[in-house]
Formats: sequence, structure tokens, C-alpha cells
Amino acid sequence: MAVTVKIPTQLRAATNGDSEVEVSGSTVGEVLDAVFDAHGDLRERITQDGDLRRFVNVYVSGEDIRFQQGLDTAVGESDEVTILPAVAGG
Amino acid sequence: MSVESLKCKECGATYELGASYACENCFGPLEVTYDYSELDAAGAKRRIQAGSQGIWRYDDFLPFTARPKDPLEPGLTPLVRADRLAERLGLDAEIWVKNDAANPTHSFKDRVVAVAVAKALELGFKTVACASTGNLANAVAAHAAAAGLESYVLVPANLEEQKLLATGIYGTNLVGVRGNYDDVNRLCTQLAETRPWAFVNVNLRPYYAEGSKTLAYETAEQLGWELPDRVVCPIASGSLFTKVARGFQEWTDLGLIAGEQPVFNGAQARGCSPVATAFAEGWDVCKPQKPETIAKSLAIGDPADGPYALEQARNSGGAIDSVDDDEIRAGIRLLAETTGIFTETAGGVTVGVLAKLAERGEIGAGERVVLYITGEGLKTLDATRDSFQMHEIDPDLDSFESAFEHQEVAA
Repeated sequence: MAVTVKIPTQLRAATNGDSEVEVSGSTVGEVLDAVFDAHGDLRERITQDGDLRRFVNVYVSGEDIRFQQGLDTAVGESDEVTILPAVAGG
Repeated sequence: MSVESLKCKECGATYELGASYACENCFGPLEVTYDYSELDAAGAKRRIQAGSQGIWRYDDFLPFTARPKDPLEPGLTPLVRADRLAERLGLDAEIWVKNDAANPTHSFKDRVVAVAVAKALELGFKTVACASTGNLANAVAAHAAAAGLESYVLVPANLEEQKLLATGIYGTNLVGVRGNYDDVNRLCTQLAETRPWAFVNVNLRPYYAEGSKTLAYETAEQLGWELPDRVVCPIASGSLFTKVARGFQEWTDLGLIAGEQPVFNGAQARGCSPVATAFAEGWDVCKPQKPETIAKSLAIGDPADGPYALEQARNSGGAIDSVDDDEIRAGIRLLAETTGIFTETAGGVTVGVLAKLAERGEIGAGERVVLYITGEGLKTLDATRDSFQMHEIDPDLDSFESAFEHQEVAA
């Protein structure tokens, strides 16, 4: 199942400049693992010891995964996964 | 004038002084660094005292190489001794109120926006924008108008009417988003990727946040170049809280002031208290919340500087408390009755937490406490509705007398 993952500007050096990556997976964790398989540099930049770093936010179709099941949050065919820095606002 | 670079607060990577805010290695927040090796404390104090009557008197400590032009210069707001407030709370302490409602658009946000708009001009932006809970919206619209810049202000659509009206009047593009502040903030983070705009609290956030240091500088200067023992400060994103601390620490390190750093008490509304909850639970990160509170200016469920606010409260020996909506209303009333200062709901939160600290006996005799009142009561009038009664009478003496017949008349 193809899922679109939106890559923020700060991470595009690790995706050859691509702002979107198409991968497959049925949970956020699987989707991110597939992204890391394609672009190895990304893993260390946004995760630490298997968890998301503390200033990384991930959304499935606009909803923060921390209000859902975190990395186990289900991802459907029409969903878009967005990675954003958590250091804005206020 | 010693601004140096941007530096990641998490991993220490450094970046040039441009419109960027998140580290490419770890997504940590970027912060402005300065090279103060040439600065001497006595000279800096002289420049401050001979400086302008606002935040730019502190330009040695702000992220510019030349003092910007600023037609709406905020700052140098009153620091008022509040003995009657102390008395009502049963405190034998020196309570001071820093009334930051006395700024051009009536909140502390004028400080951060003045810095961000000056930086936007320096970097050549033609349009400024923000995600706001209301006060920032007022400030961005006004400072953009003063600087002749286009602006886009994004807010939750259900904001207080006063804050919407006091934003739209400046001719901004006012956008009401059907969602809460965290939705607005996410949208702005996404927009900042594609629009060539200066989002004051997204891509210009490292500079913007520096403006809050001026609250610490003013406090120290107005106390006669001394530190307070304790501050009580509201927390939304946690940026103000951590930058006030940075301001005191910088001046101490540079020798402008001396002594122990203040204890930091943070104040949140119960209905949006991710930082107070994390403090109570002993977590070092915040679990996001869906806000449900009358203190809309503090309604950030996913606070960007939450982890640093937690560290600051813990390392200073302070705490982060929350108060409910009734305590917020009571706080607004108490401050108004004892100081003549009418604050918005965020100020009610701050006063409510002071009352809580007083009740717990945490404030010692003779302690010097500064309360940061960050916004104006006229912007959140709903919170005061039905909190008092008006005497409606006919225009004759008998009507007046009968309205007050049970009340002793003061001479």
C-alpha cells in the first residue's frame, strides 16, 4: 500500500532534495522504517534509541500521532504522513 | 552589538544568522549566540541608561549589528509595588507587578514582535506572518502596519472577539482557522516551507524569542540593578519563561548584576496544562493536550519549549502549577482590586498561582517576588462578565439613597 510521506525542508539534504517520499506500510512505525530503508541518513536525524526525538512531530492526515497510538497508529491508503519540527509557535 | 550565530540547543550544531529555526541534525530548536568578550559591564550600563525609553536600550543584548528603526518601540513598562495584594494574600513579602499590558498593543508580545519584524526587514522580507492565540495577532498586525509590510495572521477562529477586532483593524490578512492553536501552528509550519514570508514564531523564532529577555533586563534595572528572589510567570509555549531566565543569567554572567538566580514559578490554566502536568508527574517531556480553558492566550497544548521550561523550574527550585477557570476569574478580580491593574485571563492565571503559592506557605518573609502580567483585561471581557453588580437608578437623590441604604458611606 503506497503512502505519501511529507519531508520538511530541514531533512531534504537526506532525501536528495525530495519533499515527498512514497513508501508502503500500515502503521507509522512501518512507514518510517520504509523511509529509512530508502534514505538511511534520516533514521539518526529523527529517531534516538528507536523512539522519535523529542522535537519531532509526526501527523497522520493532520492529526498528531501522540493523540493516537504513537508509532503504532494505523495508516490507510489515502492518508498522508507529515514530519515536522516541534519547535515552532508560542 | 555582538550577535554571533544560531546554535542548536540540543546538539550544539551552529548555523548562519538566517531565517531558520530547527536543527538539520536533530530538529532541536536554534538559539541566538553572542560574543560578549569585548563587553564591559560598566560601559554597557552607561549605554543602557543613556539609551531609548524602550527595549532598544538593551540593544547590546539583542540579535542585531545596528540598532533597528522601530516606530512602535515597546518596553519600559511599569514595575509596581503591590503591598495591598501581598496583604490580601497574607504575605509578609515584597510583591512587584510587572505590568506588560502597558505596551503598544497591550501585551508582552510587542517585545518579541518588535525584534522579529526588525529582523524580517534586515533579511529583506516583504511579508510577515504568525500563528497566534490572540495577543501575537494584535502585535504582528500593528508592527507590520507601522513598518509598511504585508501581513498574514492565522488564529483559531473561535478567539475572543476583542482580539479579532484589535487585529483586523490594522489592515492585515486575518485568517480564522477552524481548529485549535496547535492546528494553526502546524499549518503555519507547513506554510513556512512554501511561502517566502517571515513567520515571526516559526522561521524567525530564534530572534523573536530573544525579545522576551528584555522583560528580565527591565526587571533588574527597575529593581536598582538587583535580582528578584522569585518570579511567577505564565507558560504557554514556555518561551517567555525560559528567556526571562536567560536574561537574568546573561546579565549575571556579564557582571551587570550579582547574586542568586531567582526561583522560577510557572503558571498554567488547568484546562491546558501540559507543562504543569509533566512537572507534577516528573516527566522531562510534555504530553500534548486538547485545550479547554478561558485562558485562550495560554491555550497551547503542544508547547515547543516545554522541556526547557521544566528544566528551568526544577533547576531553580521552583514549580509549575495550574489553576481552574474560577481561580482565573478570581485572580483577575484580586489584581484589579488591590493594584488598579486590569489584566486578561493569562494574568488571572499568574495571580491565581501566586495565591496558591501563598496558601502553601512557599513564599518566605521578606522575599522579593515579581509577577509577570503579560496582557490587558479589555481583551478578554467575557471573563469578567457577571462578576459584579451595577446599581441602576433614576436621576434623583432618593433613588441614590435607597440603592445604598444598607451600605456605610465612606467620608
